[in-house]
Parts: sequence; structure tokens; C-alpha cells
Amino acid sequence: MAYRTIIKAGGSGTDYWLDLWRNRQLLWILSKRDISVRYKQTLLGIAWSVVRPLMTMLVMAVVFSQVAKLPPDPNIPYPLMILGGLTIWTFFSGAFSQVSNSIVLNSNLVSKVYFPRLLMPLSAVAVGFIDFLISLVLFIGLSIYYNYLPSANIVFLPFFLVLTFISALGFGLFFSVINVRFRDIGQLIPFIVQVGMYACPIAYSTRLVRDSLPQYYEYYIMNPAVGIIDGFKWCLLGSNSYFDPNSLYSTLIVSIIALFLSVMYFRKKENTFVDYI
Amino acid sequence: MHVITAENISKKYIIDHQGTRKTSSLRDVVADGFKQLFNKNSKDSVTERKEEFWALQDVNFTIDQGDRIGIVGHNGAGKSTLLKILSRITDPTTGQVSIDGRVASLLEVGTGFHPELTGRENIFLNGAILGMNKGEIKRSFDAIVDFAGVEKFLDTPVKRYSSGMYVRLGFAIAAHLEPEIMIIDEVLAVGDAEFQKKCLGKMRDVSESGRTLLFVSHNLTAIQALCNKSFYFEKGKLLDQGETSRIVTTYLSRVSQKKLERQWDDIDTAPGNDEIRVKSFKLVPDYLDSLMHIDVRTSMDIQFEFWNMVEDAQLNLSLHLYSYTGECIFNVGTPSQSFARGLITGSLEIPGHFLNDGSYMISIMVVKDTSSVIYNMEEALTFDVEDYREGVTWYGKWPGYIRPQLNFSLNQVESVVND
Repeated sequence: MAYRTIIKAGGSGTDYWLDLWRNRQLLWILSKRDISVRYKQTLLGIAWSVVRPLMTMLVMAVVFSQVAKLPPDPNIPYPLMILGGLTIWTFFSGAFSQVSNSIVLNSNLVSKVYFPRLLMPLSAVAVGFIDFLISLVLFIGLSIYYNYLPSANIVFLPFFLVLTFISALGFGLFFSVINVRFRDIGQLIPFIVQVGMYACPIAYSTRLVRDSLPQYYEYYIMNPAVGIIDGFKWCLLGSNSYFDPNSLYSTLIVSIIALFLSVMYFRKKENTFVDYI
Repeated sequence: MHVITAENISKKYIIDHQGTRKTSSLRDVVADGFKQLFNKNSKDSVTERKEEFWALQDVNFTIDQGDRIGIVGHNGAGKSTLLKILSRITDPTTGQVSIDGRVASLLEVGTGFHPELTGRENIFLNGAILGMNKGEIKRSFDAIVDFAGVEKFLDTPVKRYSSGMYVRLGFAIAAHLEPEIMIIDEVLAVGDAEFQKKCLGKMRDVSESGRTLLFVSHNLTAIQALCNKSFYFEKGKLLDQGETSRIVTTYLSRVSQKKLERQWDDIDTAPGNDEIRVKSFKLVPDYLDSLMHIDVRTSMDIQFEFWNMVEDAQLNLSLHLYSYTGECIFNVGTPSQSFARGLITGSLEIPGHFLNDGSYMISIMVVKDTSSVIYNMEEALTFDVEDYREGVTWYGKWPGYIRPQLNFSLNQVESVVND
């Protein structure tokens, strides 16, 4: 017969990835569910996804550009620089926190029905991606306002998106497993996101770190998010935007190793979720 | 051909004892980890709090294509754990199961329904979660809506549904699955009588179409009607398997081994007080034929003995019968009489064809001078009455607390002849 399943201790074997593929429709449907329930029973609805990055950008622009008088990268309007960083950060932080909570949020499914558990974190990326797209449209609007033309660097955009996806999933998956046992993670994630927003070059340029704190610069670019954010800004804003290709080493190494280890860890633990959730 | 083969499956749970630690927080685990690092002995103190519990032990069976298996057993016998393993929700601790064919398991109706989504959206969501592909759902969409009777509310969020509508929609989707193997857990405990009838009808269709069915229920009538074979679980072990009628009889006779008799021989430690002490309390069923369990037809005698310790006491006894939900079904009292010191006995007959199937509880009260309660024995005995039906093709739970046989009949007064 076409379907033969072997159930035994320690996980159900080899056709896991095949199973995942068979269930791709479910992945799509779960993503659609997460997106469509997001703003149910809200007045502003999807407008929230516009208001949030816009307000954050405005506040940051006023504080960092007007009050603190930080210089932007040459010839780049400060608000545009912020929105560029914010756009990719929206994707990373949204995907990362949704993935981290994905198993716990779907606990009713975990305890009642089988499907490859990896579908839940995968589908959780969707919400962050939609927010990213909205923010990107906002960015394009603001570029038109500033008459700022995109450069040829934009062809590398998909590369940085994939990298963001890999790192958000890599870190998120790990936390999603821990979250099943220890709900402390639910408290930790918003905190990480909040700190990350200032630890990463969103409201300021990495150039400033290099110039004013040279002794810490090499540690600063070890943060895998720095490579992603600067690279993404470099794609959108052109070569005037500061981007140190060296920062990509840590991004690539850390993200890929994180994803690899997390998937292994996830696979090892997924069959015990139901016992702890 | 075997479609399911289970070999030596066992499932162990570790129970964290409450009081020592309610929930494990990250801090505790980190702290314990450090303790273990620095102090090798402390490992014992961590494991001491835990206890192993085997929800299933060495279960072996095979199921053939087209078998309809009923699974019976008390709460905690391991039935649900077995279904969870077969549905791949949890892993067995040891052993292996091999399954040929697509499995749909229905451990709950409306799994994954999202309250904010409309009925229409939830049909697609739930269908996909249960393993249907989009084409299958589209094909059965109208049939599902029709079966559930929710046409008018298709575009309403399910959070506005009545609980009945919610359950109907959930079952309707599951009923239109077309897997080779179907696993169903006690879903019939929900919905009104009419809907239950529909569900059972649907399940019969499923079983008649040659698909393999596993069905857990406390509704033995339904199991007897639907299943050709049954498994009987007790304390995590597969105690017996075979023909449904034989297994059900075994199960019921085991159930009735519940203590229907309580006796105290020592007057000083027997329950009671300075005025009276209870000596014994029994329920003696008048089993029908060779049955070893009480069903709705069985008449029974409640017999009791107590010591009266006060000379010239004016006593009467009051007996309450409660349903397991705690509602009083009746209260009867003996006439008040004067008694000398010594042993007093009494009995009450409960006729057959009187109580409906269910669990019941008896309390007794000893009353002095027709007004003051001198002793109240709550839950003196509990017993179960099983269902029995003849010439009926409806298997839902019979409503009501009592099921008397009253004179109730229909007569044809006139017949119309077609010409």
C-alpha cells in the first residue's frame, strides 16, 4: 500500500521530509489562518501594519537625527535609512518571535492531531513576511517622496531575504522547543526584540560604531543581524549605505549552524511536545 | 491482511509529585543542574520527587482490514494513550506499530477550529488538519454543510456558533474523511440525541464500506452495534480481545465486581456514634439469566443492619438515591418505630425497569423522633446500571434518570385503502 507508517520510540524515521512535503497544503492553510486572524475585530485592521513601522520610524528619526544629531550615511535621508533597517528588522523580529511561540500557540493541535510539527514554525514565518511586505511598500513610497532612486544592488535583495529567513528560523526553532517546557521564553522574546532594535544598526549607521568605538567594532559585527541589516540597506539604498562584507561571515556561519542544530534539536524533541505542553 | 500490527508497545509517563514542585521553571532546572555539578549526591533528591507510571504495558495486537474494533475499559485503563500512539501524537516508550494505509484520527471534534474564522474557512482549515487535500474538501463541501445544517451561518465566525452547531460542523467534516483507517475517541458524548443518531448512522456507513475502524466509547450499546471485535484494557494492559459480545460481557462482569457490600464486625470501630453503629450495607442484585452485571432490567435489594445503642429509641431510616452528578432521584423513609437496644435490619427493593443506565450513589440517614438526624452516611454505596435495549436501532444515550416501563401504546383506528 502507498502509505506505510512505522511508529516506534524515538521518532518516526526516514520519510519525515516526504511527510512534510505531502502536507504542504496544510502549511499554506496554517499561514493563511495566521494572517487572516491577525487583525480580526480591530478597528484599524491591516492599517496597524502600516502605522507601527511609520510611527517607529518617525520617533527614531526625531530622536536620533534631530535631538542626538547623529549623521546619516552620505546623501541618504535619515528617515529613509531608518525605514530601510526597520523593514528587514520587522521581518526578522516578527518571524523570530512568531516561530518561538508557534508550538505553544498551536498546543490544541499538538495534543490532538499528527502532522510534521515543523509545519507550525514554518507557517509562523508568514505573518512576519506580510508585515515586511507592507513595510517595504512604505519604504518605496518614502523613496519616491525623497526622489531617491534604487541602485543595481537591489538584485541581491532575495539573498538577504533568504538569509533573514534562515537566521530567524534557526534561532526561533530553538526557542520554540524550549518554550514548550519553559514558558520563560514567552517573557524573554519581546525583551530580545526590544534590545535588538537598539543593538542593531537600525536607528544609526554602523559607520558610527566603526568611527567612534573602533576597539569594539570587530565584536559589533559579530552580531549576525548586523550583516543582514546592513546588507539589506545596501541593497535598497545603494553603495552609499555603509556595508562591511566582513560582517556577513558571522551571519552566514552563525545562521546556518543555528538552523542546522535547531532542526536537529527540534526533530529530537518534537515527539515529546505533547507530554509537556 | 493485517493493516495494523502492534508489538510490545508500552508508554511510560514520569509524574512530578505536586507540592515538591508544581511547574518546572527554567530557574529550577538551572539550579538543579548546578547542584548536580557540584554535589554528586543531590541527583537522588531530584529523582526522588518523580514517579514512573506505565500508561500502557506490553500491548500486542493485530487488526485486519475491515475490522471494526471497539475499545473498552475504565478511565485510566490506557485507551486514550493507545489512540494517541496510533494517531502518532505521542511516541511509545518501547515497541513498534506498523500501519498500512491513511489514518484519520478524531480525538476531538473541531480540532484546530479558529474562533475568529468563519464556518467556511474553518471547514478548509479543519479538513486540512485532518489530512484532506483541497480537492477532497471542495468535493465534499456541500455534503458537509448539509450534514451539519449550518448553511445560513457559513460566513459567520464560529465563535458566534452555538455549541451544538460547533460540534455538528466539527463532526460533519470528520465524517467526510475518506481514510483507510479511522480512529474515533468518544465523540458521541456530545450533541443532542438527534445528532448522535446521525453520527452513529454515519459511522455504520463507514464500517460497512470496508474501512477499518477503531472506536473508544463508554457507550457499550454503540460498541455492540458497530464493532465486530473488541479490546478490553485494564491498568494499561490488553486484558482480553475477541468477539464484541463476549468482551462486553467480561467487561461488565468486571465492572460489577465493584464492592456492592460493606461490612463492619467490630461494634467499636464501625461507622456511627454513641447512639447507633452501622454493621453492614449491601446491594443484592437479582441478576438476569447468567449475567453478572446490573442492567436496566435488573431488580435489586438494598439490605442493611445497624446496632441501636439507646434503649427505647424512636427511630426511622431515610434513604437517598443520587445520580453521579449529585442530583437526588428519590428519597424514601421507613415509618418511625420504637426499638430496644440491639441489632436492627431492614431492606428496600428497587424494581427492575426503573432506573435508567448510569452511575448511582446511595446515602442513608438515621432519624430520631422523626425530626433530628442522628447519623448520616453519605455515599454508603455506589453502583452502575448498564444499558440494555431490544428492537431499537438507536444507540444514543437514553435520556432521563429513570426508565420505567409504562403502559404506552398506539392503536390504528382506521386505515385508508388506496384505490
